[in-house]
Amino acid sequence: MIAEEPPAETAEHAARLAIRKTYKLFIGGAFPRSESGRSYPVRSASGDFMANAALASRKDARDAVRAARSAFAKWSGATAYNRGQILYRIAEMLEGRRAQFIDEVAAASGDGVSAASEVDAAIDRWVWYAGWSDKIAQVHGAANPVAGPYFNLSTPEPTGVVAIVAPAESSLLGLVSVVAPAIVPGNTVVVVASEERPLPAVTLTEVLATSDLPGGVVNLLTGRVAEIAPWLASHMDVDALDLAGVRDAGLATDLEIAAAENLKRVLRPVPASSDWAADPDVQRMLTFMEMKTAWHPKGI
Amino acid sequence: MAFEYAPAPESRSVVDIRASYGLFIGGEFVDGSGGRIKTVNPATEEVLAEVAEAGSDDVDRAVAAARTAFDQVWGPMPGRERAKYLYRIARIVQERARELAVLETIDNGKPIRESRDVDVPLVAAHFFYYAGWADKLRYAGFGERPLGVAAQVIPWNFPLLMLAWKIAPALACGNTVVLKPAETTPLTALAFAEICQQAELPPGVVNIVTGAGETGRLLVEHPAVDKVAFTGSTEVGKQIARSVAGSRKRVTLELGGKAANIVFDDAPIDQAVEGIVNGIFFNQGHVCCAGSRLLVQESIAGDLLDALKRRMALLRVGDPLDKNTDVGAINSAVQLERIRRLSEIGDAEGAERWTAPCELPDRGFWFAPTVFTGVSQAHRIAREEIFGPVLSVLTFRTPAEAVEKANNTPYGLSAGIWSEKGSRILAVADKLRAGVVWANTFNKFDPASPFGGYKESGYGREGGRHGLEAYLDR
Repeated sequence: MIAEEPPAETAEHAARLAIRKTYKLFIGGAFPRSESGRSYPVRSASGDFMANAALASRKDARDAVRAARSAFAKWSGATAYNRGQILYRIAEMLEGRRAQFIDEVAAASGDGVSAASEVDAAIDRWVWYAGWSDKIAQVHGAANPVAGPYFNLSTPEPTGVVAIVAPAESSLLGLVSVVAPAIVPGNTVVVVASEERPLPAVTLTEVLATSDLPGGVVNLLTGRVAEIAPWLASHMDVDALDLAGVRDAGLATDLEIAAAENLKRVLRPVPASSDWAADPDVQRMLTFMEMKTAWHPKGI
Repeated sequence: MAFEYAPAPESRSVVDIRASYGLFIGGEFVDGSGGRIKTVNPATEEVLAEVAEAGSDDVDRAVAAARTAFDQVWGPMPGRERAKYLYRIARIVQERARELAVLETIDNGKPIRESRDVDVPLVAAHFFYYAGWADKLRYAGFGERPLGVAAQVIPWNFPLLMLAWKIAPALACGNTVVLKPAETTPLTALAFAEICQQAELPPGVVNIVTGAGETGRLLVEHPAVDKVAFTGSTEVGKQIARSVAGSRKRVTLELGGKAANIVFDDAPIDQAVEGIVNGIFFNQGHVCCAGSRLLVQESIAGDLLDALKRRMALLRVGDPLDKNTDVGAINSAVQLERIRRLSEIGDAEGAERWTAPCELPDRGFWFAPTVFTGVSQAHRIAREEIFGPVLSVLTFRTPAEAVEKANNTPYGLSAGIWSEKGSRILAVADKLRAGVVWANTFNKFDPASPFGGYKESGYGREGGRHGLEAYLDR
């Protein structure tokens, strides 16, 4: 429906004025504006005004962390099968709005040629990670042959609340490539969208909201990375930090130092030149999982 | 009728402690450029030896030796050959087991029964286990490329065992190491240096630099190390996490704990009491995964505490070299002071102290097994790691309350569950945020079993297939 409608700016014979979308945050399953009342203009690759995105504040970041923490017990306690079904459902919803996302990604990057393949790869990435939900524990867990009469089993579990700075360049595929591996094992996330290309991320939250993903599992903030990320890195109820999209090396170091205060698990920045279309491996999932080893005596 | 134990001291003649030790760099003992540190027997306060305090130049030399060995010998060596060196080391540890156990007990203060039956056999087992991985890394799933030079800093509570946990996987994966033992317990690490010589391990593959915190900091922050592995306090772990920020160094941290040992009303009381005692008084409570918070279901709290106190009264505290001793000496005057101070805070905050009746020796560092009842979650003795033979008792009514209290800590290293009901054990184990969960047992360790924490207990795992991940690159 929406995808069929060309943007108003490019419509040559628009008989009516198009309805624009207000791009808002996504926190706890709802779509609030920034509590600060601030926004910032988002421009296309060619410099045209596209929309005003919410300029998230410290308070928004804290609200997002609270929403993520609240959602953790239910999401991590859901069966792996159920989480896999929901991730697959996200792929279905995304496929249904494929054309809209191609337009948005192309507008953000200015590259109309690769936008379609980026969207296709993003859809396929959800499918790939959906399948991991009930396999990662089998592949990465272990039954350990200890030297004694004990049952001994190692099982990976989600770390908790993961704060993510999404890749700056790849507005959709990059975002999906960092969010999907974090949530499939049962983590909940607060993700800061690409600062200059936030609109596909906001539209993706509409997909998440209609895919049976419980509110609060993914929370999206738009705004300045340098303003929001320090609050997330120093937040004592955040368990892990993914710096994928941080471009400023000094900021990345400061964030890692702040993260040490409660020993967050940290993924360091991914080089800007990295190819998000390449096949992922399991590393991103494993970084945000904890190994639990349970012992029990054997005896009659 | 009570039977008294006759003294059964283990002979010291099996160890030969030198008056003075240098640093082990490039396969040889060399003089350090810095000061000297005295290491004492905590059971007698007798000075055992002087060791070098490695300074900046010494750490540089050790890292350079490790780098050369990595580039020229150990890195390129086929895994099956590396394996053979590790098997050799495991065998020599077994051959010199008695000597190592006595040396550990003298330098650390732990009962000979523990060093002989737990620490040293696990050291040999750990090298044996990881030796077997050296030529099978492709099957482990973490890549096959070593990281390079590993900087490893270990604590004083299990000196030789922590050395094994650090060195065995690092070497199996093809890394070389510079290891710093704790300042109060350097002697078994220096004995291990001799074992490396006996095994004809190529020079520079293992380097041992003794010293205190400053030596550790120099090593961890050295720009030429690729990997940092630390076991110790959460406070120092956080400093290390800050110091490596923005670098390419990989880090694993195994830090403090405040484990809950949860006893449900259907638990077998006698077994649970043994588990509680083992959980907190094993190794004088100098155990990061010690079950230092007893959570007991309210309906059985009275009976359980009576049985626990009866059992505690039977613990034999004293000469660590006596084969009948259950609880040895506190490792240092500094640690004893910390245990005393936190216990006094427990008194001041209104908890009720009970101390096992026992005679403590006149010399040395001692703290009798102690239990605090009437402890609330806000009390510092329920929140802070005491790292001594001090148990805090809290009660609960429902399983949900037990889980909530157990998880109400910034730590997440270990936990215990005592119940006869399998479904309850599994459900509670799922909900505990801890890296090791012992059900109807406690303080069990095995080289095949991954060990490490959630939250502020650190990150990374040691032991098992998972222990390889910290030393490999994909």
